[in-house]
Amino acid sequence: MNAIVRIEGITKVYQMGEETVHALRGVSLTVSQGEFVAIMGSSGSGKSTCMHILGCLDRPTSGQYVLDGVAVENMGKNELAEIRNKKLGFVFQGFNLLSRTSALDNVELPLVYGGMPPNKRRQCAMEALDMVGLGERAGHLSNQLSGGQQQRVAIARALAGNPALILADEPTGNLDSHMSEEIMDIFKNLNSKGKTIIMVTHEPDIAAHASRRITFKDGLIIDDTGPAVIPFPGAEA
Amino acid sequence: MDILLPIKIAARALRVNLMRSFLTMLGIMIGIGAVIIMVAVGTGATKQISDQIATMGSNLIIILPGSTTSSGAHSGMGSAPTLTFDDVKAIRSECPAVLRVAPEQRGTAQMVAANMNWSTGIIGTTPDFLLIRDWKIASGREMTENDVDMAQKVCILGATVAENLFGDEDPVGKQVRIKGVPFQVIGLLEAKGRSAQGTDQDDTAFLPVTTAQRKIIGNAFPGTVGPTLVQAVSEAKLTQAQEEILALLDQRHHVGANKERDYTVRNLSEILAVAQQSAKTMSMLLGAVASISLIVGGIGIMNIMLVSVTERTREIGIRMAIGAKERDILLQFLAEAVLLTMLGGFIGIVLGVAGAYTISGIFGWPTLISSQAIGLAVAFSSAIGIFFGFYPARKAAGLNPIDALRYE
Ligand SMILES: Nc1ncnc2c1ncn2[C@@H]1O[C@H](COP(=O)(O)OP(=O)(O)OP(=O)(O)O)[C@@H](O)[C@H]1O
Ligand SMILES: [Mg+2]
Repeated sequence: MNAIVRIEGITKVYQMGEETVHALRGVSLTVSQGEFVAIMGSSGSGKSTCMHILGCLDRPTSGQYVLDGVAVENMGKNELAEIRNKKLGFVFQGFNLLSRTSALDNVELPLVYGGMPPNKRRQCAMEALDMVGLGERAGHLSNQLSGGQQQRVAIARALAGNPALILADEPTGNLDSHMSEEIMDIFKNLNSKGKTIIMVTHEPDIAAHASRRITFKDGLIIDDTGPAVIPFPGAEA
Repeated sequence: MDILLPIKIAARALRVNLMRSFLTMLGIMIGIGAVIIMVAVGTGATKQISDQIATMGSNLIIILPGSTTSSGAHSGMGSAPTLTFDDVKAIRSECPAVLRVAPEQRGTAQMVAANMNWSTGIIGTTPDFLLIRDWKIASGREMTENDVDMAQKVCILGATVAENLFGDEDPVGKQVRIKGVPFQVIGLLEAKGRSAQGTDQDDTAFLPVTTAQRKIIGNAFPGTVGPTLVQAVSEAKLTQAQEEILALLDQRHHVGANKERDYTVRNLSEILAVAQQSAKTMSMLLGAVASISLIVGGIGIMNIMLVSVTERTREIGIRMAIGAKERDILLQFLAEAVLLTMLGGFIGIVLGVAGAYTISGIFGWPTLISSQAIGLAVAFSSAIGIFFGFYPARKAAGLNPIDALRYE
């Protein structure tokens, strides 16, 4: 099983004036193709910090990161942008859609920056929207959608470029339990088709959907259920 | 990558934020429009005066009744009835350097012919007036000295007046009533068209100054005249003519140690030169006001561009998080700023030019569109728009995506 994510001794230090905050104190983790990982842990334990580094939105203070076989820690800004565009899909707790912009345009955006021709772009975006069950809402503006719908658009946007890894930081944090279940169904469905997913959550019943659970505390991994022997039957290696 | 892509992204972003785009453009539009209008009014006024100098000829002198002295409260030039018709006649006959003299008594009156009527400007004057103005008779005859001396009830019509009262018919020999008084039309003037100020010069009727004073305009001081135009025999004799007039009038008015001069003699080109100078000052003032509106517009652009940076920084974070490169962001914001300033600039030019023409039309002020002013205004507001649209975006694009996303 090939490793999608391999981090080694990742640390992150924030300097706040006099004070130094060690958000991550040496995190090592390997996630293989087809895994569905849930990260848990108390508030301030460094989950989001770790996710941002995994998502190439932020840089670690030290440590190594190999994503899908490529070392990223020394990459330049443009190369990182390329990686985010082609290999990663990030789902935020606060959705982060472009406001006053249609669902379809939002989903198309990564493809626009990826340089996909317009016709193909539209088709891929529609497919992604269909996959999250919002095909008929394509023309709605992002602010005309409910929270759950917005998060589904955000997932479609993360999916549209067919990334190797989907990262979700508390994707259900702003949603009620019914909506949360819908989102989890989408993730499970994606995972069953072979997508690798890493998701942060505070809720054990949401985490229960994942095939592997990791717990953070004070910037360190203190518990890891380990990769399931066979994550999901039928997952393609 | 598609070269048009940043432009398309920018156009979409502008459309999404219509209100903000419009407000930004408004600053540019107002700034540029105001500059164009004010400079057009200023240069128009200056040009009008130059044109007047060109058409009036240079060997003209004007005598104004009343005086201006440094000693304080005297009646202003042209207001006190101190110049008499006898003075005018004396100047004409006794000053060798003077060729023609034409007093002027202006007023307006309702003219009636048969069943038509027309309200127009009346000028009471002498035969010299039309000669000084080099204005020819199209049909009929000129005014004579006799008409003036006898205060004949005759008039010469401008083309516009004739057309409104008589249509295509030749008015010569016909009767018109001016303020109820019957007059005979003795002549029809050639059409002169519009003056430099845009007024219709042909909308005038000329009467002997004596008749105008007694029957039409009325004068509380019989025998006095208003401003009087004098033409010297040549440009070289202009100063001589001026001196002769001063000497003659001083003598006639007994000006001496215990009586101040009660009239003023001015070389017309001097007056016009002064007027031109003040018009220039005015246009500089207008330009200054316009620059202020340009700067205020610029501050408006600056403000709105900077204020929107919070929202835009998050937007930049989102775009970078899904794969936009720094260059994509910079091009988008550059294109946005350029599109906004170009569109705003274009509308501003259209508004400014239209405004200048409207002002010309409504107030009858001459305006002259200055391409330099347009260029300067457009360059200034574009520079501000582009700098303040681009610079914050550049700062934001230099952040880590996560810092841009977290920006509050
Ligand atoms: N930009 C920052 N500057 C300074 N300190 C930061 C910054 N971001 C995070 N931290 C600190 O790093 C630590 C880890 O934060 P992080 O956001 O990763 O926690 P978390 O596990 O995601 O918590 P939560 O469950 O509440 O989201 C915290 O102590 C936090 O205060
Ligand atoms: Mg967090």
